[in-house]
Amino acid sequence: MPMSSSRRLRLVTTTAALATASALVLAGCGARADDAPAAAGDAPSSGDALSSGCVDASGDTIKIGFINSLSGTMAISEVTVSRALELAAEEINAAGGVLGKQLEWVQEDGASEPTVFAEKSEKLILQDCVAAVFGGWTSSSRKAMLPVFEANDSLLYYPVQYEGLEASENIYYTGATTNQQIIPALDYLKDEVGISSIFLVGSDYVFPQTANKIIKAYAEENGIEVVGEEYAPLGSTDFTTIANKVSSSNADAVFNTLNGDSNVAFFAQYDSLGLTAETMPVVSVSIAEEEVPGVGLDYLEGQLVAWDYYQTVDNPENEAFVAAFKAAYGDDKVTSDPMEAAYTSLHLWAATVEKAGSFATDAVNDAADGVTYQAPEGLVTIVGENNHITKTPRIGIVNSEGLIDTIWNTDEPVVPDPFLTTYPWAEGLAG
Amino acid sequence: MSTILSQLVAGISIGSVLLLVALGLVLIFGQMGVINMAHGEFIMAGAYTAWTVQQVIHDAGVSLLVSIPVAFIVGGLLGLLLEEVLLRHMYHRPLDTLLATWGVSLILQQAARSIFGSPNKEIRSPAWLGGNIEIMGAVIPDKRLFIFALAILAVIALSALLRFSPLGRRIRAVVLNRDLAETNGISTRKIDRTTFFLGSGLAGVAGVALTLVGSTGPTLGSNYIVDAFLVVVIGGIGQIRGAVIAAFGLGIVQAFIELGTTASVAKFAVLILVVVFLQWRPQGIFVVRTRSLA
Repeated sequence: MPMSSSRRLRLVTTTAALATASALVLAGCGARADDAPAAAGDAPSSGDALSSGCVDASGDTIKIGFINSLSGTMAISEVTVSRALELAAEEINAAGGVLGKQLEWVQEDGASEPTVFAEKSEKLILQDCVAAVFGGWTSSSRKAMLPVFEANDSLLYYPVQYEGLEASENIYYTGATTNQQIIPALDYLKDEVGISSIFLVGSDYVFPQTANKIIKAYAEENGIEVVGEEYAPLGSTDFTTIANKVSSSNADAVFNTLNGDSNVAFFAQYDSLGLTAETMPVVSVSIAEEEVPGVGLDYLEGQLVAWDYYQTVDNPENEAFVAAFKAAYGDDKVTSDPMEAAYTSLHLWAATVEKAGSFATDAVNDAADGVTYQAPEGLVTIVGENNHITKTPRIGIVNSEGLIDTIWNTDEPVVPDPFLTTYPWAEGLAG
Repeated sequence: MSTILSQLVAGISIGSVLLLVALGLVLIFGQMGVINMAHGEFIMAGAYTAWTVQQVIHDAGVSLLVSIPVAFIVGGLLGLLLEEVLLRHMYHRPLDTLLATWGVSLILQQAARSIFGSPNKEIRSPAWLGGNIEIMGAVIPDKRLFIFALAILAVIALSALLRFSPLGRRIRAVVLNRDLAETNGISTRKIDRTTFFLGSGLAGVAGVALTLVGSTGPTLGSNYIVDAFLVVVIGGIGQIRGAVIAAFGLGIVQAFIELGTTASVAKFAVLILVVVFLQWRPQGIFVVRTRSLA
């Protein structure tokens, strides 16, 4: 007992010391930020007016930060996002930079740990003094970074589809929120496939749980019967029972929010029970081009996925993006929705800074509403009210080459509604 | 009726996977008291062997059958290497082996990432395992039947080896009483090495089987290692028949709890049951009575 209490005491002391130290750093940084507007009022051309915090905008370069998991379980996905960001930064530099300044990026490894994401983003803001940070993947990494960015009044651009129900002054969400991915997928199943029952399968954590809550509310409103709802522990590799339940439910379709390796085990078992895309299609929201070979093309061919971007999207911007990515990283590489969203996020930030004429957080936030960018996924526009962007939902089908063809999309980009306030049936979900 | 039957089948499927991954551990943990956390990575090595073989032999059916003996040898050699370089220096220090082999498992995972890349590999399964058979309404995938057959075959082969061959007799002698075996002229070093080779080789075979039902990636082994140890501990250390009962028991219990509840609850309930069971029988289902003083 004495051992543990003295250890706890030491822990408390260390934490207190750390807190004091970071408060001091914060105070130092805050002082500079406070000085800046005063100086700006007198002399708009001074270097400080261009930025906030300790960001140095006086030279020929401006620092930005990338934070992605380069190690750990999420590395498999996040490394590709980091590459897409580098590609965007190089393009911006080649075109003359932002406000005439070349981008200089600092890469940090979030190591698949939300706490590391929080620590490293604080380091990027306070030590590297970056103008904005790009990255994050899991919702838990974003939730861990959110207070850091709010406390330091800095900017994070987050590029992955997520469960919605969030909006921060300091985060720009360039991935889909629920009404740009899940609800359109349900619309497709209801109107085009004509399903009357659905089975929900997901991993046991925040995204599938929240997504399924929305799906159940939607189903109730539209007379679709939810015939089953099953969660597998994260990383689970045994789906014999879940597949049996799916099979005996005779559902018209399966909505799949499983994550990572679990998809392989699920589809292998689904396939061996004789279920197919014709008899019981599966719509997946976490399987993109990058994941198809790992899950197995044999299982996935003909199955549906829901995203806002596929490598096969046909427009000049995407053709250039795919060609540039393959030229930089190899012909066998594929591009996927989160990569495209990350690439777009950096271009959107650059466009916003150009419009604001400043790197400062307040100036960027004031200028953000209505900023557009002709992205590989099509035209996107920042909605200043919630810092999300308009996106075009697409339903895709996995083809025989492992790429995804669009079989349905909305005519117009969909305005983001992270709290689902425009859907009467979703009332109460946000609480 | 058909639900009960299909859950029984599901349970046996889960059980055969558990049995296959645990069998090598039963041997190693039982004989040497070594807690080999890198056992899961030998399973992973077996899975990657299956992938490598498939790059050479394109026919999925032939490559599967060729992979099994090749993976046995690859797993076995890795085990031999681990034993020779590291473990023989720490016999009788189970806690040290636990830490050291855990480190080895991390190194092997990273090595797999460096060699094969972090995305999962796709391994095609043969067409003749693509179907399923139906017995009284319960659907049994051919792949699961194959794994079941492989597990049973491995158990029979291992039991026969231990029971009837001179090598098996020596292994059993060392398990029962190491010192006495040594004084009788058995080279325990040689036996240890052989056992490690056999046990790790079985892990390699398990790896090939797992490519039929799951993903092949660097963390493949760590998904199974805890379950494998559960089987060993419940079955009784060094007991093959105990492991068989434990594996199928765990599988069936898990399948039936999951039917009424959810997968997460089933996992949790199974762990509780294991803890309760070990309170009642701390040494597992079967206990080896030895005259060993250690």
